[in-house]
Amino acid sequence: MRGIKILLFLFLSFFALLTYALASKEPIKIGAILSITGPASFIGEPEKNTILMLAEQINKAGGIQGRPIEVIIEDSKSEETQAVLAAKKLIEKDKVVAIIGPSTTGESMAVIPIVTQAKIPMISLAAGTGITEPVSERYWIFKTAQYDRSAVEAIYKHMQKKGIKKVGILTIATGFGDQGRKALLELAPKFGITIVADERYKPKDSDMTVQLMKAKNAGAEAIINWSVGPEQVIVVKNWHALKLGIPLYQSHGWGSKKNIQLAGPAADGVIAPLGRIVVWDKLSDKHPQKKILKNYEEAYIAKFKTEPGTFGGHAYDAFMMVVEALKKVGPDPAKIRNYIENNIKNWPGVSGIFNMSPKDHCGLDSTSFEMVVVKKGDWEILP
Amino acid sequence: MELFFQFLLSGITVGAIYALIALGFNIVYNTTSILNLAQGEFVVLGGLVMWYFLEKLHLPYGLAFISTLLISGLISLIMERLTIRPLIKEADPILLILITIAFSILLRGILMFLFGKDPYGYPPISEGAPLLIMGAVLQRQIIWILVFVLLTMLFLYLFFNQTMLGRAMKACALARDAATLMGIKTSQMVMLSFLLSGLFAGLGGILITPITLMEYDRGPLLTIKGFTAAVLGGLGSNWGVMAGGFLLGILESLMAGYIHSGLKDALALFLLLLILLFKPAGLFQSAEQARLRKL
Amino acid sequence: MKLILKNSYLSVLLFYLLIILSGFLKSDPYFVTILIFAGLNALSALGLSLLMGLAGQISLGQNGFYGLGAYLSALFALNLNLPVPVALLLASILTSILSLFLAVPALRLKGHYLAVATLGFGEIVYLLLNEWGPGGPSGFGNIPKLSLGSLTFESPLSYLFLVWTLFLIAFLLAQNLANSTYGRTLRALHSSETALRTLGVNLVSLKVKIFFLSAFLTALSGAIYAHFVTFLSPATFSIFYSVLLLMMVMLGGIHSLWGAPLGALFVTFLPETLRPFKEYDILLYGLILTLGLIFLRKGLLYPLQKGLKKWISF
Repeated sequence: MRGIKILLFLFLSFFALLTYALASKEPIKIGAILSITGPASFIGEPEKNTILMLAEQINKAGGIQGRPIEVIIEDSKSEETQAVLAAKKLIEKDKVVAIIGPSTTGESMAVIPIVTQAKIPMISLAAGTGITEPVSERYWIFKTAQYDRSAVEAIYKHMQKKGIKKVGILTIATGFGDQGRKALLELAPKFGITIVADERYKPKDSDMTVQLMKAKNAGAEAIINWSVGPEQVIVVKNWHALKLGIPLYQSHGWGSKKNIQLAGPAADGVIAPLGRIVVWDKLSDKHPQKKILKNYEEAYIAKFKTEPGTFGGHAYDAFMMVVEALKKVGPDPAKIRNYIENNIKNWPGVSGIFNMSPKDHCGLDSTSFEMVVVKKGDWEILP
Repeated sequence: MELFFQFLLSGITVGAIYALIALGFNIVYNTTSILNLAQGEFVVLGGLVMWYFLEKLHLPYGLAFISTLLISGLISLIMERLTIRPLIKEADPILLILITIAFSILLRGILMFLFGKDPYGYPPISEGAPLLIMGAVLQRQIIWILVFVLLTMLFLYLFFNQTMLGRAMKACALARDAATLMGIKTSQMVMLSFLLSGLFAGLGGILITPITLMEYDRGPLLTIKGFTAAVLGGLGSNWGVMAGGFLLGILESLMAGYIHSGLKDALALFLLLLILLFKPAGLFQSAEQARLRKL
Repeated sequence: MKLILKNSYLSVLLFYLLIILSGFLKSDPYFVTILIFAGLNALSALGLSLLMGLAGQISLGQNGFYGLGAYLSALFALNLNLPVPVALLLASILTSILSLFLAVPALRLKGHYLAVATLGFGEIVYLLLNEWGPGGPSGFGNIPKLSLGSLTFESPLSYLFLVWTLFLIAFLLAQNLANSTYGRTLRALHSSETALRTLGVNLVSLKVKIFFLSAFLTALSGAIYAHFVTFLSPATFSIFYSVLLLMMVMLGGIHSLWGAPLGALFVTFLPETLRPFKEYDILLYGLILTLGLIFLRKGLLYPLQKGLKKWISF
């Protein structure tokens, strides 16, 4: 009888130890809502890859306080309804401690009420101003992509230097293009610029010569195109073919060597405000972001055989912020939120140097861009 | 005036693309009365496969061209075998249309896996600056597309009217049972028509990619435009659908140029609907011709 | 038991209770959300099933009604401050009236031309919403949730109840219509114009009524969607929705109204079951749809019907 009691005791204590060991090895769950398929898939794909790569790196190094990170990535298919469903699933089913994403502004706006009600911090990877403003209503929301208006400011500042006063804008009829258009129209007067043509086109349109001609005809001294995806390449080719003789500016969605390749020689002379990830090798060694950019790009290329681009960078920043918060305050959604709001200061990331605060849940401005021009198939930073 | 001419040429550029796709539609429709709504996916297939042969395997242009055509024809054949064949006896045309849609989703998924989501491009048939016609710009590749559209029309005319095989295919479309009684194997004819339409869709992809680039999910839009153009011009008539394609392209271009570039598609569609109201058989086909085609 | 199930009205009731119960029993709020979407889809699919099965018309433009119902209801509630139930009804009725303008010319067209006309309509609505809708392509939010007086529908379960109860009522009414003399005649003869003409104008007006009803149901479904998700963007209302609806009706089976709810449940839950496959889901989705259409060409109902014919009356 006594033997059995001892056996039972040993068994129970072993069991208890096992449970304890397993429990502390229980993974910390981070959720991500990304546009892996659908029209925004070339944004979502590098974001997904980046997060997976980083999670793997962290887990190889032992995880966070011994616990591995489990990233649950949901595909929003670039659609708001799916993003909402994904958010509900991550919060209600998977019980994640934070959500990274969504990839687009529209989706982010749709998900805001859900994460706010559930009190889960969310770091969006999209540019829309409305995502983090008004800050008083965005207690749980952050973002790591620059505001559209910051990119617009960078362009307009450059135009001011060049004395350009009349501008024709071409924007794509998607959330990205629409946001850009709003910012372009809103900020023009501040820089003494008049928008003489406001043209639009659809995703998958094959020819934009009509819009370009209309802009030139209306007296434009420069053209700004706001889209991301193959359409921006078509605009470049059309602009080159028409020999308009006026400079073409692209949005910050232009930052990928692939675009230069696809546009060919037509891309020479195209100017854009780009995240430093595309020109890191042209930065001075003293630049605070250079090391991070170099490591990120080299690791990404080694693993995925292609460059990450600026969109991947937003995911990098969001993930690393969450990881840092987890390391410092543990897997508590409210504590993570507080940490990100108050402790991300002068924080060098891929997208820029972040300064989060209770008044600013984005932390980036137009200084996170470099004005870049395409020269002979490569990027060149404009002075 | 110069502006108008540029709009016109831009419209012809887009219209040529639509016309090519609409022709592919028509081939299947003419022989089987089936609307193959996976047509756009085959155009994408043509563009992506051509890229693969040309840029990845570095095959000579001619070889890549032929191989791409063969592959799109083959896949179209497989589609017919797997999805259409079992259902051809069904009376319900809606079911057949839906199956082509379902297959298009499958094909799109496969293309996504093989090629990823990035856009692909390759050089046009003849390099060089775009042509300047009356101060307006026209890309050289468009001339090639126009050439091929005409060649296609010629081929289809000769094939369907002068060859035994072509006449047999036409017979199947007009009166299936009578054709069977005459000893024509209708199942073979259907197979052949899908092979042909796959070939021409692939051709379309090969030709338009240098202008528009190609991604895995461009299919649905191309299908809708091609389908709209075909019905606008007159489904069943080769000349009709070709004209429909150009008309749609020019309409869109003019709408964008003179009215509102954001609403060009909606405006063009609206006009299409009005036209359908008054001439349901399409602009370039009489109602009688349409009825004879057994809709 | 057999007697109860043989009565087609009671079998609907049973189905309804099954749905509600499963929502209550499964403690997973996510499951309930999917069930709600299935219900919304069932409502729209019912409209399409009436149009296709009964009136013999095809529509690729249901997304237009879905979108109009959603946007109008949201705007009525937001901008005109109408109480949500009023906004819902007003939006649905207005959309259905608009549909009549489409119905009259559309009913003159046949087959492919009707398909293109409805496709064109749906596409135009989508393009207009994209260009002129509040927020444009980015959409807009802050749409008030449904509330009756002081009672606000907050929990998923309340919406589950609402949506499927509405469906129940609609289904019973639709059954009534389908089983009426006119209904039966229409279903039997919609493929023969001559036969219909000999039976008089009444059947033509019935076709118009069905068009109106199908638009109403779809618009209502869209309106409820707006107040459930509280965020709208044009992407939800593209022609892909029309195609999806078509799939539901065809897979469910066109020869019976039951095809609508069954097809809706199948097509709505299918992507969820494919979630674990991550990226491969689209491949499997296409494969399952293709195989489903080939082998279940008479709809999911057919094998079910043959097996359960003794027990349940459809």
